[in-house]
Amino acid sequence: MADPSTAAVAHHGHPDVTKRDFLKLVTGSAAAIGVGAVAWAFIDYMEPSKDVLALSSVELDLVPITAGQGVTVLWQGKPIFVRHRTPQEIKEAEDVPLSQLSDPQADSARVKAGHTQWIVLIGICTHLGCIPLGNKPTDPRGEWGGWFCPCHGSQYDTSGRVRRGPAPLNLALPPYAFDSDTKIKIG
Amino acid sequence: MAGQQHKSEFANPVVNWIDTRLPIFTMMQKEYGTFPTPRNFNYFWNFGALAMVTMLIMIATGIFLAMNYQPNAALAFDSVQRIMRDVNYGWLIRYIHQNGASMFFIVTYIHIFRGMYYGSYKSPRELLWMIGVAILLIMMATAFMGYVLPWGQMSYWGATVITNLFSAFPIVGKPIVTFLWGGFSVDNPTLNRFFSLHYLLPFVLVGVVFLHVAALHVVGSNNPLGIDVKTPQDTVPFHPYYTVKDSVGLCVFFLVFALLVFFSPNYLGDANNFIPANPLQTPEDIVPEWYFLPYYAILRSVPNKLLGVCLMFGSILVLFVLPWLDTSKVRSARFRPIFRQLIWVWVVAVIVLGVCGANKPEGIWVVLSRVCTLYYFLHFLVILPILGKLERPLPLPESISRPVIGGGGPMPSGAAAKPMEKA
Repeated sequence: MADPSTAAVAHHGHPDVTKRDFLKLVTGSAAAIGVGAVAWAFIDYMEPSKDVLALSSVELDLVPITAGQGVTVLWQGKPIFVRHRTPQEIKEAEDVPLSQLSDPQADSARVKAGHTQWIVLIGICTHLGCIPLGNKPTDPRGEWGGWFCPCHGSQYDTSGRVRRGPAPLNLALPPYAFDSDTKIKIG
Repeated sequence: MAGQQHKSEFANPVVNWIDTRLPIFTMMQKEYGTFPTPRNFNYFWNFGALAMVTMLIMIATGIFLAMNYQPNAALAFDSVQRIMRDVNYGWLIRYIHQNGASMFFIVTYIHIFRGMYYGSYKSPRELLWMIGVAILLIMMATAFMGYVLPWGQMSYWGATVITNLFSAFPIVGKPIVTFLWGGFSVDNPTLNRFFSLHYLLPFVLVGVVFLHVAALHVVGSNNPLGIDVKTPQDTVPFHPYYTVKDSVGLCVFFLVFALLVFFSPNYLGDANNFIPANPLQTPEDIVPEWYFLPYYAILRSVPNKLLGVCLMFGSILVLFVLPWLDTSKVRSARFRPIFRQLIWVWVVAVIVLGVCGANKPEGIWVVLSRVCTLYYFLHFLVILPILGKLERPLPLPESISRPVIGGGGPMPSGAAAKPMEKA
């Protein structure tokens, strides 16, 4: 594309820079800023909307859950395992040497102080996203008495820590807090 | 073409490699880079590009709206309100889409007027013009169905009234309406199919617009003088001259568009559409969107149902045969002293029809809409055919470039008798 004006005489000691170059730069920048600003609105449009965010926490009454029992609640479209651990299960979880774990984490770091009987987990296998079995007493719970993933055989202990692969990580913990001794708020 | 490989002239090796095998860059360069375009365009020639840009904006915003819209009679109204309140920037994207429809019609109507004023529909551009009228019809169908989707009172009753137009036809009328509805009233099946077609038709529109542009690039653009390009001196390359000129128009266009979207997004809307559709109650007065008002006035001006419907459709269909109704060989109104005045009378008639359509059909509005409907058709069916024979056109300039760069001097006076040559 032969541009007649680029051959124009340049001024002020910049032999290769013409007024046309400057105009092109300014025009291009203005257009880019405008398109970028609009593009941001379109991208943000696809993020979770306000009504989705408003449903981002659930409350759960713990009274009906007896020791050894677990319940599954839905939070942000994901299954949350809430389990009432027996004293023996707590002891097993606390006594494991961290050297035996592939994703070392102490049980105390996975429960709330003073509420060690309650373990709250995101019930999604860290391998490929299946929901592990074991939250119901009738389910297979694997060798470590926690959870067993039917998809590829990963096993988790009573603290939700991975004990046998292929899952690489412990079951994740959702953000939650005790509103009282018998009520938690997830999210 | 067997064995003959296209030789690309692009310096960039990647572009060159692609272009040698699929010469899209050569094509773009030919059609939008060096494309010879009459050098005397005024700003009326912006509006085709503006319409193209608006169409793309409508498709982009529409695709995003469809991500959150529910085409179900029970959910549609609330899903639109959710877009307005809960979805990030949903208000912006919906207001762009809603007001974009108005902007689309504004620029398209000006584009059509440009064609009428400068005689762009005349030989050899008849087919180009007819494809344009088809585009207008597709636009209208799309806009109508889109207006139904928010499922407010005006959506619902607009859909009821417009689909009932077809009941005017004897015998087949009622079955056609039942077919359009997919039931015995406007209801969920109607909404579902309108959504489906509202999503489809814009892509049909893109195809027909492609034909419109392709036809334009075969015969070349008309220009304000309405005379043919004769020498390369009469043209300038499309880029940078008209890319820049279109960009200036685009900035003004975006300014108006933004004023509408950000400062009075509901100015052109109807308050009744904030009420969810209610099949048991018709709003006090049914008014279509502003861009349909003139046709609506034509419909109501005739006391006979079938005749009113025929005239309304006829008011657009008559545009298809405009190239043959206008018998004058001179294209541009600039050289047609009488036509130049009468075309404005026609514009006034259309605007008055629009005002009539917005008012209740009583008293003076009935009289006015009848007079203007009569003039609308008189203009096409009587004035244009006769005027072409009677009117004595002004002398045409020898060429496009002569008044601009060629030696000056008075225009040759003998040109008046010279008929326009066919391209």
